[in-house]
Amino acid sequence: MLSAIVFFPLIAAGIILVLLRDARQIKVFALAVTVLELALAIAIFVVFRVEDYNRVGTMELVEDVSWIAALDIRYHLGVDGLSVPLVLLTALLGMCAAFASWSVNHRVKEYFIWLLVLQTAVTGVFVSLDAILFFIFWELELLPMYFLISIWGSGRREYSAMKFIIFTLLGSAFMFVGILALYFSTGTFNIVELQGVEGARLLLPAGAIFAFLFIAFAVKLPVWPVHTWLPDAHTDAPTAVSVMLAGVLLKMGGYGMIRLAVGMFPGRAQEYAWLLATLAIISVLYGAVVTIRQTDLKRLVAFSSISHMGYVLLGIASVVGAGGVVNAVGLTGAAMQMFTHGTITGLLFLVVGLVYEKAHTRHIPDMGGLAANMPVIAVVFLLAGLASLGLPGTSGFVSELLVFLGTFEVWGWITALAVFAIVLTAGYILWMLQRAFFGPQLPRFAGVGDTSVLEAVPMVALVAAIMVVGVYPALVSDVFAQGLEPIVTSLQQGVIP
Amino acid sequence: MTLHDVYLLSPELALAALGLIVILVDMTFRNKGLLALVSVVGLAVPVALSIVLWSDLGSAPDAQMSGIFGTLAVDKFSLFFKFLILGVVGLIVMASVGYASNIRFFPGEYHGLMLFSASGMMLLASTTDLISIYIALELTSLPLAALAAFQRDSRSTEAGMKFLLLSAMSSAVLLYGMALVYGFTGTTHLEGILERLGTALDPSVPFGSYGMFIGVVMVVAGFGFKISAVPFQMWVPDVYEGAPTPVTAFLSVASKAAGFAVILRVFYVAFGEIGLDWSGLFAVLSALSMTVGNFVAIAQRNIKRMLAYSTIAHAGYLLAGVAAISARVPDGEASIGPSGVLFYLVAYAVTNLAAFFAVIAISNRTGSDMISSFAGMGRRSPLLAIVLAFAMVSLLGIPPTAGFMGKLYIFSAAMKADLAWLVVVGVVNSAVSAYYYLRVVRVMYMSEPEDEEGVPVAQAAMLAVFLTGIGILVLGVFPGPLMTVAEKAAAVLF
Repeated sequence: MLSAIVFFPLIAAGIILVLLRDARQIKVFALAVTVLELALAIAIFVVFRVEDYNRVGTMELVEDVSWIAALDIRYHLGVDGLSVPLVLLTALLGMCAAFASWSVNHRVKEYFIWLLVLQTAVTGVFVSLDAILFFIFWELELLPMYFLISIWGSGRREYSAMKFIIFTLLGSAFMFVGILALYFSTGTFNIVELQGVEGARLLLPAGAIFAFLFIAFAVKLPVWPVHTWLPDAHTDAPTAVSVMLAGVLLKMGGYGMIRLAVGMFPGRAQEYAWLLATLAIISVLYGAVVTIRQTDLKRLVAFSSISHMGYVLLGIASVVGAGGVVNAVGLTGAAMQMFTHGTITGLLFLVVGLVYEKAHTRHIPDMGGLAANMPVIAVVFLLAGLASLGLPGTSGFVSELLVFLGTFEVWGWITALAVFAIVLTAGYILWMLQRAFFGPQLPRFAGVGDTSVLEAVPMVALVAAIMVVGVYPALVSDVFAQGLEPIVTSLQQGVIP
Repeated sequence: MTLHDVYLLSPELALAALGLIVILVDMTFRNKGLLALVSVVGLAVPVALSIVLWSDLGSAPDAQMSGIFGTLAVDKFSLFFKFLILGVVGLIVMASVGYASNIRFFPGEYHGLMLFSASGMMLLASTTDLISIYIALELTSLPLAALAAFQRDSRSTEAGMKFLLLSAMSSAVLLYGMALVYGFTGTTHLEGILERLGTALDPSVPFGSYGMFIGVVMVVAGFGFKISAVPFQMWVPDVYEGAPTPVTAFLSVASKAAGFAVILRVFYVAFGEIGLDWSGLFAVLSALSMTVGNFVAIAQRNIKRMLAYSTIAHAGYLLAGVAAISARVPDGEASIGPSGVLFYLVAYAVTNLAAFFAVIAISNRTGSDMISSFAGMGRRSPLLAIVLAFAMVSLLGIPPTAGFMGKLYIFSAAMKADLAWLVVVGVVNSAVSAYYYLRVVRVMYMSEPEDEEGVPVAQAAMLAVFLTGIGILVLGVFPGPLMTVAEKAAAVLF
């Protein structure tokens, strides 16, 4: 089952490579593939939600065969509550990305091949239970991204693509060292067996391995001060790739941080929680302040991502607990923030792409009164913006609330500062909406129209996801909480009351 | 020399005989297309003989047949290299079909010299005596110097001359080192050296004695030249750039493999007792080679020079495997360093050959080795471009390629041997190398071509490109079987 969901897009990419020629055929085929992929992911999610819900601490849908015997590397897949929603998120945004790519007319064949390969790589990251397999999928995502940004991007696309690659490679270089050090200390690459490994005798100091893993994931999340690749890559990437990048790829960082860094080194995570909290609040505030100053619509959304992913790190920083008790709320909030940020920012990039396509500008001072030309897009943009600033009733509210609830008793002042960042968020979102969409109608946008049905499909899907999770958050958060329970338990054991 | 010695030496003899036959064919027949055909088909004989020897060895891990007064050893280790070198030669002859037809003078000698040099390389992997090692080394190098100068233009001549002079100098250094080792131990036989060292070492002095110290360092310098490790790499860029491209490919792959074969044999067998001393030396050379190679490669505009610096960097990665000796492994297990080196050499051979074959085919058409002349190859010649791009990704070490698995294996070995700092240097270097490897990919797929014409390639050359391209993928996805073979081949060193 998991092999199917991982490799289905790759096989489809192979079919496109060998069999399909006509651009329209390729597009329709890719759409069908991503819709099917989403159906698979929903099926896995539903089955998990209904059946496996009470089996805490076990992996489901496990596939485990020996792959490279000489180094004891296994083809080991499996999911638990932490990964299932992220698999769903990947499939959902993968479908949206495919829909958003309908207007691509340059080297269509290669484009969809890379887009599908990207989906395989990201899905693989979330379901791998062998550390080397995890690493392989982690690196596999680089090539599609490199091509997608540097061929179909805009602006300084080649520079941005290279920057993205070098940053990620440098980060993952450290992860590689950490994984090897763990293997030669314990004799296994099995991520499940390596949970809480810090007590074992290790080749390198546990703090060093934790730091190596943390650096790799911090680059991806991204955390200040290794965030600088993000604005460039997001801004210059084509719309669909921005959606994937913001929606799913950043979550690889958060997922790795929770599953590998915290899961394997709960004690180290608690020891350095102060550092994580500090970096988190800097990311949140810095991201928010810089966002206010942006004049490019896409760059604005990109910088807001830094701020919002800071909440993920803030939630993770709550692992140290307060008064001898670690609550699961902060970690669950971090995981929820990943999910909701994926849908909200994915939607934001999607509508930014549409606005650019129709109005041919992303420069906010040049815009104005667009709501009259494109009422549907404006409403969706408004909704995504409000969700982004955490309006109750949307999913953004739920995840931020959980993060704040979890961290307040642990990091009181820092959380207070983070809550203040919401005001900044409201500032830049509302100000941007006002400048771009409201105000007097401009004559140069006279012929600009609204969304087509095809373009509306991914918007509807994402709006639905935002609203459903906003109204009934337990649908997703309970799954996350179930998956996080073993980690919370091991954290609890490490705390000195 | 008994009949059994001839039997043990038969692959090398068959290969040298093939070289002579090719030259005779050249003198007898007008059709120069025959030369490549005879060379490739003729390789079946040494391959078959090597297979016979492999099956004759039986399944014992350290099975060895020795002959010629104990100077020649046939074991899985040497046979591994024989297969590798024969495969490399076959592929290079195939890939240079279009290229060799441009050689106006001595096309027979071109193939003949390559086969002679290859027989020297095969011998190098089998010898167990310092003197025969030296002879095999010269048999390897002299034809290479002639081959480097084969194009008869000023650059090629310079390359040949440079290679000849520096090769002679490094041989002199190596000989001096060997003389010192002989002076200290009284024997040139590798196992004999091990025995003597076991009793005559002074633990308070590095390398057991100052004589050995200087001797071993000079041996390292001599071999360092052959494998193009920093700081013995000065000749590499000029020779690589000037030599005919197939010869460059041969130098960078086969010559390097043979160099590592002899390094592993000499250091693991003869100098095993002072392993901790020389492994530190190799670790430092490894870090230097990776760093210098990668950082200088960034500035290159000519693809052959770029690949020259890349080969220096890869010598660095390989040396990390050599440095990962068992004595460093904390809990007394055997090191996987040597098997890592063997696997990496195959992965590197496949990858680098793919890169060079694509470069040969493309520059044959465009007449330029500048990276900028590869513009738009993605459209002009999709298959060549995709193989070259894949080779670059493999050199960079991103999955799913042979290069990634090789680095995984080598760095695993280094980590197991408690060389974590070297692994950090290595992986950071790999990340840096993305910059120049991906530049080739970028030019091919993102720049506009100068003209839209396709790139005609001889069928044999296309087959070679295709085989190596597939090889990169197969080793990247199913590296297990080759790793097992490499483990078996390396077992004889312990």
